[in-house]
Amino acid sequence: MSEHRISLIVNGRERELWVDAQQSLLEVLRTEGGATEVKLGCGEGVCGTCAVLLDGEPVNACLVFAVQADGASITTVRGLAPEGELHPLQKAFLEHAGSQCGFCTPGMILTAHWYLERHPEAGREEIRAALAGNLCRCTGYTKILDAVEAYRDACQEAHIGS
Amino acid sequence: MYAAAFDYVRAASWDDAVSALAQAGDDARVIAGGQSLVPMMALGIAQPSALIDIGRVDRPRIERRDGTLVLSALTRHVDLEHSDEVKQACPMLAQAAGLIGNVRVRHRGTIGGSLAHAEPTAELPCVAIAHRATVHARSTEGERAIPADELFVTHFTTTLTPGEIITNVELPALRGRQGSCFIELARRPGDFAMVNVAALVTLDEASRLDEARVVVGATSDRPADHSVSAGPFVGEPVDERTAAELARRVAGEAEIGPSSHATAEYRREMVAVLVKRALIAAAGQVPGT
Repeated sequence: MSEHRISLIVNGRERELWVDAQQSLLEVLRTEGGATEVKLGCGEGVCGTCAVLLDGEPVNACLVFAVQADGASITTVRGLAPEGELHPLQKAFLEHAGSQCGFCTPGMILTAHWYLERHPEAGREEIRAALAGNLCRCTGYTKILDAVEAYRDACQEAHIGS
Repeated sequence: MYAAAFDYVRAASWDDAVSALAQAGDDARVIAGGQSLVPMMALGIAQPSALIDIGRVDRPRIERRDGTLVLSALTRHVDLEHSDEVKQACPMLAQAAGLIGNVRVRHRGTIGGSLAHAEPTAELPCVAIAHRATVHARSTEGERAIPADELFVTHFTTTLTPGEIITNVELPALRGRQGSCFIELARRPGDFAMVNVAALVTLDEASRLDEARVVVGATSDRPADHSVSAGPFVGEPVDERTAAELARRVAGEAEIGPSSHATAEYRREMVAVLVKRALIAAAGQVPGT
């Protein structure tokens, strides 16, 4: 067993932490990183509830040991909007009932946001494929896709208007 | 869902990595992206005494050197999936990489890790064999080049010695009148494959078959090269009838067991269907056809 001193930037805030080698990034984010919005679902990298951006790229926080992430910048769904405010994509999920029990929502929104930033013109089927690794057991996905498409359309209108 | 305790060593260089691995003993494992190893640790299937992290020893690197595509072992699936260099030189490598796991897995998982892990349903081992790739490995004893078809032994077992780490992979690029295709059959996107097929077809001047390499994966304990079965079809046009006959022959010869997702009979049928489709698609990719 080995213990390690690591530094992480979580949603812009720098943290210095002692971690055991076997602690996952997910566990450390939830217990000491102040990020309980990152959820433990399957623990095998399949379900997407623990999705975070590591240096801007989506990863399974359950399949990264915290020590491997030393020096990295982590973004969770809370990093999308200033504290206490909702990001427009979060609002779209509320308006279109894209969230029911809410367990998949942080990973779903984070992944959809990451994807649309890179593919602002993406169609419904492309969005569906991008979210294929995020499982939802409530909504049947239709309302999630409605929400993401509504946000995409709003972004495009804002872009045309500006 | 929690891994057992282990010692962690972050290697700073390949020299550092191989000596740390040699020191740590036979129960140590190498970790790069960890997208196969960490789930196995979480499930308690793997309990390494130490992890040697090579994640910062090299970076993802894709280089074209004349007729060869040279990849660092730390090249990730997402790098392969979106690289123009890969799409041009080894298009089925980009195709196969895009089918691995989910987008998060593809951002961490590496080609070196996939090959060293030797999971029988994995995509990249099939491509490596079909492309006649060379896998470069090193240990404290020195470096070694291993032809991909000599790497895979059985489930999670390769011919790498306990002290060896894969550093680079070289794949001969498609040349002249060659085309390729990779097809995977799985229950859902990201699921373990029921059948993988990698086909690489070379046509002659008259657009007839010169060589067909056919590798079938996921149906037994390691990917199987069925290129020899194409011998009798050399000189034939790669049409529906030829492709179907060749595919039927491969399916008849392949070692196919049952899996939790499908019976052996079903998988044998699917090998016939997918090999046929892959051959026709690969021939269709040949420039000038």
